[in-house]
Amino acid sequence: MNRHVRLLMAGVLAVALAAGLAPAAGAAVTLNGAGSSFAAPMYYKWADEYHKIHPDVSINYQSVGSGAGIRQITSGTVDFGGTDAFLTEEQIKAAPAELLHIPTLLGAVAISYNIPGVKTHLRLTPKVLADIYLGKITYWDAKEITSLNPGVKLPHLPIFVAHRSDASGTTNIFTNYLSKVSPEWDKKVGSGTSVNWPVGVGGKGNEGVSGVIKQNPGGIGYIELAYAVTNKLPYAALQNKAGRYVLPTIASTSAAAAGVAIPADYRVMVSDSPNPQAYPIVGFTWMLIYKNQTNKERGDALLKFIWWGLHDGEKMASSLLYAPLPPSLVASLEKTLKTVTYQGSPIL
Amino acid sequence: MSSSATGIPGQGHHPPAGRTGSGGTGEQPGGPLAAGGLQFSSRPRRGLADALFKAVTGAFASLILVLVLLLVLELVRSSWPSLKAFGWRFLVTQTWDPVRQQFGALPFIFGTVVSSLLALILSVPVSLGIAIYLAEMAPHWLRGPVSFLVELLAAIPSVIYGLWGIFVLVPLVRQLEVFLGTYLGFIPLFSGPPYGIGMLAAGIILAIMITPTIAAVSRDVILAVPNSQREASLALGATRWETIRNVVLEYAQSGIIGAIILGLGRALGETMAVTMVIGNRPEISASLFSFATSLTSVIANEFNESGGALHISALVELGLVLFLVTIVLNSLARFLVWQVQQRNGGAARV
Repeated sequence: MNRHVRLLMAGVLAVALAAGLAPAAGAAVTLNGAGSSFAAPMYYKWADEYHKIHPDVSINYQSVGSGAGIRQITSGTVDFGGTDAFLTEEQIKAAPAELLHIPTLLGAVAISYNIPGVKTHLRLTPKVLADIYLGKITYWDAKEITSLNPGVKLPHLPIFVAHRSDASGTTNIFTNYLSKVSPEWDKKVGSGTSVNWPVGVGGKGNEGVSGVIKQNPGGIGYIELAYAVTNKLPYAALQNKAGRYVLPTIASTSAAAAGVAIPADYRVMVSDSPNPQAYPIVGFTWMLIYKNQTNKERGDALLKFIWWGLHDGEKMASSLLYAPLPPSLVASLEKTLKTVTYQGSPIL
Repeated sequence: MSSSATGIPGQGHHPPAGRTGSGGTGEQPGGPLAAGGLQFSSRPRRGLADALFKAVTGAFASLILVLVLLLVLELVRSSWPSLKAFGWRFLVTQTWDPVRQQFGALPFIFGTVVSSLLALILSVPVSLGIAIYLAEMAPHWLRGPVSFLVELLAAIPSVIYGLWGIFVLVPLVRQLEVFLGTYLGFIPLFSGPPYGIGMLAAGIILAIMITPTIAAVSRDVILAVPNSQREASLALGATRWETIRNVVLEYAQSGIIGAIILGLGRALGETMAVTMVIGNRPEISASLFSFATSLTSVIANEFNESGGALHISALVELGLVLFLVTIVLNSLARFLVWQVQQRNGGAARV
């Protein structure tokens, strides 16, 4: 009997030792993330590249949508969440502990159209764009549009408005912009991942919206810049806050977050940026992580991965047509990452 | 499929339609079956094994009940905040505004019911035509391949139908709408600008999707009609058409309604294909050309990225509403079958 007990204890000790020593010996850590489908291609690339230089760390990201990402980080089933809309006060209260917003990339929303005979980039002002989406401007040859585009022959064609039918971060960025530039839009419609559209037809996803535009002469719609560029869709130059007409490019997207005041919690929509170089319909995508990590190894791996992403990872952004964060913002994010703790002491 | 019916007046214990159908010979069920029944009842009872068998199968069957019960409980539990906030007004209001947290289900119910019924109207005549041809008219060498193709169509994923819908079907529907608008535009049903996308496109794509289901099941049901019935009718001097109409279809009636219920079920639950072509606009309009939306498409569209708790709760309540709509329509269909059988004075069940 005695011998049995001793054997058992030895066994338990061996298992405990193995379990305790293993991570210290550099065993594999798998980080789980879920959320934003907009940022997913970039996170997949980061996960792949990071695993090449740190074979002991694998990152598993599920592209399930921002809303689901928020729910999963809140219930603690993932190490980081991805979202294209920052948390509301209600969502912050619902989380069991303090969550940090870490902006990782910038995305631009392009205004694409299908006007027979028009091959140049159309010029639009915020007011005209809002009035089109409010259903107040209904024909392409309305004087509000023709006066902005001298030399462009616009046909007498009804405007066919398209929007996303699925709730999405793209819609959030777009409607947030319209709310900023049009008091009437703000009052009548407001902003969010899905809204009650005054006019227009809903297409599912970028492909749905661009399908509607392509199929209907006179169509207009908003889509992710990367999607518009890779599918060679025409898009408009928008007048920004400084009064310039700016085309959506990677540089003009990054510019939206440079030279503007960013709050300490990074919960900000950078649309309608005052920077004269900036394209106006732009937004962040964020990673959500807990400020107080509960597992030393996982927390350590997570922060090192994010640190790498914000420095080396950002350099890969433009190859996938994402806009990298401006350097000023990365410097400020370094400080924020250093505030993440495990049992009260900073991890990095 | 127990619903693929055994509508034979005066023959209570007919074997399931599918079994005789697959044989295709439609042999006389009366003799051997009656003998089998006798033999079974005279066999000495093996108490334990029988009881065990009964208990096990009973438990499996009751799993369905438990599942449905849990489904309803979970739907009600998750939609409770929305049920509390809007009450019965949820069913009759038309606003769907996630920003202002105002939710009403009427346009979604309208869209689901109208697009599904439209699909049935378009699909049932064609499906029955296919089924009758395959079962009664087609030469033998053609039956196999065409039946196989019909079943193949039923297996195409709905997202493929949806993409095909938006790129191929919608432009064709637009031309159809221009035509209908020119000649029948005075009817509210065909008024308004022809976008292509909208209720009509959704109805047509649903019709295409449910046709294989209805056709395949109806064919099986028609094949299950005993040859003696046909021979009797022909012997009395009826033409082929009269035989099919008065004898075969009459005999297979409740089974065909069962097939239509199956098709209706698929139409009500269809999500992706409808979302791609219906326009996703929560509005109610008399015109088939206008944009609409459906219960399932809005859930698929908004659930992943939904914002507030009330929004999710309202989406779950739409699921509950879909459940109720399905029950109501299925009950109506079953009532129809029952009525038909009462008229025929038969003892058949569905």
